This record gives sequence, C-alpha cells and structure tokens, in this order.
Amino acid sequence: MNKRKAQDARQPLGENVTKVWMSPTRDPSSPRAHLLELLRRTAVHGESNSLLIVGPRRAGKTTLLRCVLRDLLEDREARKNLLQVHLNGLLQTNDSVALKEITRQLRLENAVGDKVFGSFAENLAFLLEALKKGDRSSSRPVLFVLDEFDLFAHHKNQTLLYNLFDVSQSAQTPVAVVGLTCRLDVLELLEKRVKSRFSHRQIHLLSSPTFPQYLERVRAQLSLPDTFPDVQFAEDWNAGVKVSRGSLTGRSGEDSGRVSVSKPAIRPADVLEASRLCFADAKANMLHGLSVLELCLVIAMKHLNDVYEGEPFNLQMVHNEFKKFLQRKSSSIYNFEPPVVMKAFEHLQQLELIRPLDSSAAKTQREYQLMRLMLDHSQIMEALQKYPHCPTDIKQWAASAFG
Amino acid sequence: MTAVLQHPGYEEERLQRVTEQLPCREPQARMLLSLMGQPRQYSYPSMFIYGHRASGKSHVMYVLLKELELPHATVSCVECVSVALLFEQVLLSFFGRDAASLLPRCPYLSDFVRIYRQHSSQCPAKQTRYIVMEKAELLRDTDANLLPALLRLQELVEDNVTVILLSEIVWDQFRPNTGCFEPLLLHFPDYSKGELQQILSQDRHPSYSAEFYSSYINILLGVFYSVCRDLRELRHLCSLAFSLMLCLMSSVKETDTHKLWRNIEPHLKKAMQTVYLREVSSLQWEQLQQMEENECGAMRGLSAHTHVELPYYSKFLLIAAYLASYNPARTDKRFFLKHHGKIRKTNFLKKNEKTSNHLLGPKPFPLDRLLAIFYSVVDSRVAPTASIFSQISSLVTLQLLTRVSHDDQLDAPKYKCAVSMDFICAISRTVNFEIVKYLYDFL
Repeated sequence: MNKRKAQDARQPLGENVTKVWMSPTRDPSSPRAHLLELLRRTAVHGESNSLLIVGPRRAGKTTLLRCVLRDLLEDREARKNLLQVHLNGLLQTNDSVALKEITRQLRLENAVGDKVFGSFAENLAFLLEALKKGDRSSSRPVLFVLDEFDLFAHHKNQTLLYNLFDVSQSAQTPVAVVGLTCRLDVLELLEKRVKSRFSHRQIHLLSSPTFPQYLERVRAQLSLPDTFPDVQFAEDWNAGVKVSRGSLTGRSGEDSGRVSVSKPAIRPADVLEASRLCFADAKANMLHGLSVLELCLVIAMKHLNDVYEGEPFNLQMVHNEFKKFLQRKSSSIYNFEPPVVMKAFEHLQQLELIRPLDSSAAKTQREYQLMRLMLDHSQIMEALQKYPHCPTDIKQWAASAFG
Repeated sequence: MTAVLQHPGYEEERLQRVTEQLPCREPQARMLLSLMGQPRQYSYPSMFIYGHRASGKSHVMYVLLKELELPHATVSCVECVSVALLFEQVLLSFFGRDAASLLPRCPYLSDFVRIYRQHSSQCPAKQTRYIVMEKAELLRDTDANLLPALLRLQELVEDNVTVILLSEIVWDQFRPNTGCFEPLLLHFPDYSKGELQQILSQDRHPSYSAEFYSSYINILLGVFYSVCRDLRELRHLCSLAFSLMLCLMSSVKETDTHKLWRNIEPHLKKAMQTVYLREVSSLQWEQLQQMEENECGAMRGLSAHTHVELPYYSKFLLIAAYLASYNPARTDKRFFLKHHGKIRKTNFLKKNEKTSNHLLGPKPFPLDRLLAIFYSVVDSRVAPTASIFSQISSLVTLQLLTRVSHDDQLDAPKYKCAVSMDFICAISRTVNFEIVKYLYDFL
C-alpha cells in the first residue's frame, strides 16, 4: 500500500488547488461562477461574448477555465451545442497557422484528411462566410480559447483578433472569445479598432493569500483525498502533513520525490533540504567551480570596477591588475603566461560571467575587447568564503580596498 | 564505498550497473531518479541542469536513460541549426520514420505538436518519454517561442513527456521577458581535487601499480589544477604525459616519488604552455619525446609563426597606422615636425590619459592622419598612387587594419590598427626603423 501511496502523492495537481481556493460556484461574485454563467449564456442562449482572464503566471488561469468547461459540459444541452477551438500563442505564431488550426479543429468541409487547401485569403473568406451564414437561433456556438493572448496581439495587423472580435460583436454565429494572459497591460497592445470591439470584460486572478491561508493551501495540496483506498494510511499521511509545511507546486513536487518505501512520511528536514536546493544562488554555484586563476581574474575585475566605478574593461587591464598583485607578493606560483590567462578569460566569457560591450567581436583584437562583469560585489565575496582551499593571500587581496 | 542506487520500478541489477558507471556522481543520479519517479508516473514537465564543462551532465543522463531503457531523444542544439531538424529527431526517436516524414518542409511548432499528439494518441506513453537538449544556451538564439513551448511541452502535447535542458550557463540568463513555465533547477557541482584524482586513476595502465599511477596523477594535478579543472582536458594531458614519464622512468624506481616529481615537473610546466594552449598538437608533442635530445617546446608552435612578409610600403603603412593608433593626435607635431620646440610629456598629460594607451587598446584614426605620418616616416618621396591606396585596403582584408567607419562612407574613412606590439617591432626592425622612440607610452 505504501507503494501505491508514493505514486499517488505524485499525481498531477490541479484538482486540489481549485477545490481550496476557488470559492464555490453558487457565490455569483466568484470568478468561477462569473465565467461559468458567461459561457453558459453563449452555449445555451447563443449570446456572443468576449473576455480576458488576466493573472500572473501560475495563478491558475488555465485551471479555472478547465474547471468551468468541465462544469459547463455536464449540462447536456451545452455539451450538444458547443464547439471548442483551443489556440495557443506559443504554437500558432502567425495568423495563417492559426487559421489552419481553426479549420482543422472545426472540421470544416474543405479540410480533407487534415490537409488544408487554399491560400490564407481564401481560408479566411471561407471561415468568415461560414461564421456569417449562421445566426443566433440556428447555428452552433463556438468557443475560442486563446492561450497566451498577448502573443496573438503581436501578429501582423492583428487580423485574427479583429475578425474574431468582429464576429462576436455582430449578429452572426454566436462565439465566445476567452483570452488567457499574464500581461496586465494587454489592452494597450490591442489596436484601436480591435480594442473597441472587445467587450472589456476582464477577470483578474490576483491571489495574494495571507500566511495562514497559504499554509492551509499547502496542507490541502499535500493531503490525500477521501477517496483514497487505504483509509488508515490516508489518515496517517494527512496527520503527518499537518506537521510539515512546504511550498506549492514546484517544491512539493520535490518533496514528495523524496518520499520512498523506507521513508513513508514527509519530515521537516526534507522540506528544509528542498528549500535549500530551491534558493541556492546559481552564480555562486558556478563561481565555486572556477579554477584559482579564473578566480584571480574575477577579483581583478572587481577591483577595476571599484576603482573606475563600473567602467568596462579589457583583458589587458585585468591582466595588468593581476600583475600588480603578483609584484607585491614575493612568490611567483601564479606567474602564468599571457596565453594561459587569455584562455581563462575566454572561459569566463563562455560562462557569461563577463559580457562583451558590443558584439563586433571580429573588429577588435581579443585582448582589447571591452567587457562588463555580470556579478556583483557581494556575490564574489560570498563565493570566496565558500571556495575550497582558497589561498590566504588571494582572500586578502580580494578584501583590500585598493588593488 | 558508494551505496547502490535504489528506486522502486527499476531492476536492481540495472541500477547496479548505473552506479558502477557514475563515479562521484551518485547523489546527482539519486536526485534525478527520485525526480523521474517510476517509469509510468508523470515526471516534472521540464528540468534544467547546469554545471561546468565536463561535470558529467550529459554522461549521467545518457547512462541513466540507456541503462534503464527509457524512451528518450537526445538532441544537441549545436547540430540543430533549424527547428525542423530538432522536430525530426524527436519524432524519429519516439515514433519512428513515418512520423518524421509527416513533417512539412519548414514546419512550425504547431505542426510538430499536432503530429506528436496524433501519434501519442495512437500509442500512448507507457513510460515517461525524455527529451534531452544538450547545449541548451543555443535555444535562446532561435525562435523566441521555442524555449517557452519546450518548457511546457507536457501540457501542450498532453503526453507523459519531460524535457531536460543541459547547459553551462545559469538559468537567470535564459528567462524570457514575459516569463515562462519555471523548470526545476538542478546543479551539478564541480569535481573536487580528490574526486578528480579518483576518476583519473580509473584509466591507469594495467602494467603499473595503482600507487605509482596515483602519485603520477598527484604531480599532474599539482601543476595543472590551479589553471584547469576540466576533466576532459586533464585526462587528455594525463595520457599524453604518461608516455613521457615512461621515458624518464628508466633511471628512477617506481616508489621514489620525490625523484619522479623532480624529473617530470619541468616537462609538465612546459606542456602547459604548449599542449594546453594547442600551440603544439598532441601528435607533435609525442614525436618530440621520441627524439630524446630535442627539448620539448623547442619546436615553434602555432603562435611563433607571426612573421609575415609584406611589401616595403605596406610595412611603413602598417607602422604609420600603429603610431596613429597608439599615439594621441596632439603629439604628432612633437614627433614628426622638425622644429617643434621642446614639449615635456607632463605638459600635455590630460586627466583621462594617465593610463597607457597600450592598456586601452588602439584608437581609431582618419585616413589623412595615416598618410601624413606615412610621408614623414618614409625617407624617400612617395607619390600617392593607386597602389598605395590599394595596399591600405589589402591590409584591411588581411585583418592587420580594421575599418571602423561604415562601408558606405567613401570620404575620410577611419581605421584601427589590429596588430600586437611584438609584431610591429619585428616589422620595423626589418626596415631599420626604431618604433619605440616614436611611441608616446615609452617616452
């Protein structure tokens, strides 16, 4: 039974999340009820609507829509009536691709065996004709879902959006256009004529839970549902969850990844471990793996940045600064040839810890190309503390104010 | 020493084999396994693995996927110059040739997803499918939609698929403007010195003892570790220098580490300046060691061949360009006019000119100034013929000069000199011109 539990804990999320944080359907002010009512009016009564769901990433826009659609399709009449077209701004990168996709999803007559004939103009004309022919009473309503709506606004002339909104405004086939986007300024992206045809109905999903609410969500997210077959284990598990707390989605995925047959419960230590992995500074991790020579160059760049107040530098200056350090120090273990230093410098550039100021690489000699350091002061000092077997004189050099 | 990996859903002996092939990468492999879960469970939609070069990113993924026989497609973003190649490779390794042939000639992402969906609905995934993208930093340069779409591919194709991105560059440099689905970030830390030694001693020569080989590696790491931590580079140097070591061995006993160290260390230091920088190819280096008497490094490497034969006037043009690039224009009067009077260096030091010009690099100069300096450094009278001007433009094509102004600007073009100090000194020696006397930095 343990095994089955471990599998269950990794099931995709979604269900639980919506159950907790979307207020019930009966409350008319909740976004879920609002959206459901709107879509039902399209599906059953043949009204044309347009709507935008706006919210930050991972706010549950798609989940909300999916839940509402599931609720809507429980209605027999709506299920019989409604045609759905799902488009994604990431996939349908221009209008002709989007149009082909629409034709395909609507299974129109001239789309034979998934092959669409005709040019873009013909296609659009055909589609508009098909949509125009319909009227409120006889034709089936179409629901257009535009995921990543802001990307559709970057299409040329916004032809697709214009036509969709135009159909929704005029007395033709009933359509509902639902856009999902994470940009708050999405209306500014629309052209004037497109904007005027849009109904300006928006649902904002700006959830900012208080900390107790957040804890409640985490608990619900990690708990096993009542339908779980082994009741005893589910109780034990849910009791265990009440003790430990983690973050939603990303981290809870990592958490339950650690649960195995030998360790059937989440412990606070696991959550700490997961959070340590999540919050590790990636650049510090990369600095940890540099060789001593590369680290010296980074410190020299830091000094140059301090002295010249963020002016860009080239390899010659960095090497000069490094040589100044070597002169002050009597021993010469770090006395490397210039080509070796150049190789280290190029490695830093490859890791994008330094960046060329302009991209005209072919025009200037390599040692005179101007660069900028992509690290800040504290990151370097912190990495230096963690660096394994860092020579003391290098540490002192890094700490000293003037090279 | 290392515990055998364990995970439900996979056979013990396979995991055993995986463990053997991944020295010093066991925690990472365990982490990956627990994230991947059992074959039929859904895995996280996308993971991003970063770490230094040769820290075992591709190797760990390859061994895991190969030994556990999971369906996977490995794509190198260097090879996929167009997205079409990428799509084709993925479809080919998941669904075979028919699926790949369905792609139109220049496919959109939308076509790929459609074909993938079609096929995955025919043969739904019983196991998680993995797409491994190597050198993922190149994805940023392609179509802007590709990276966000790959990150949420699981959602787009509605199939049990996981995309794994491998890169040397941290995730912060990848994130698109409008955000995207955040992948799970995993870091592969660098090998420590002990781990490097452990891995390097694995490929020892069977006819020598383990202690002997590990002390040899110790010496090698002592020389190279402060410069290079790349496992592949070290391994290459290791195998190269071992033959050299055997030549020196004849007089030394295996156990005498100190003597060994004294003998080989200077050779290794030389190797750093030659083989490590690819001045001398590894084949040449081996040949050098065959010829005992020849000191290694005595052969001239690639960069020693900087001497270029140029026509007489080209040499002077280049010298003039160098002077124009590295001297401030105000000092021209002092250097090249006959009755200039005495101007001390300190008199025309400006605030921002305290650092030497050889540190800041060459400055651009107009053509007129180049010609003026040219006429004053050349002793004889030279007519400004077409040949002089064509020599200037051929110096540009040889990349000894670079043109700074736009190509369409025909009057008063600007140039920069792109040769090093050593090079110009060698050139001026051939025409008996003392360039150091004319350089402002060395006054």
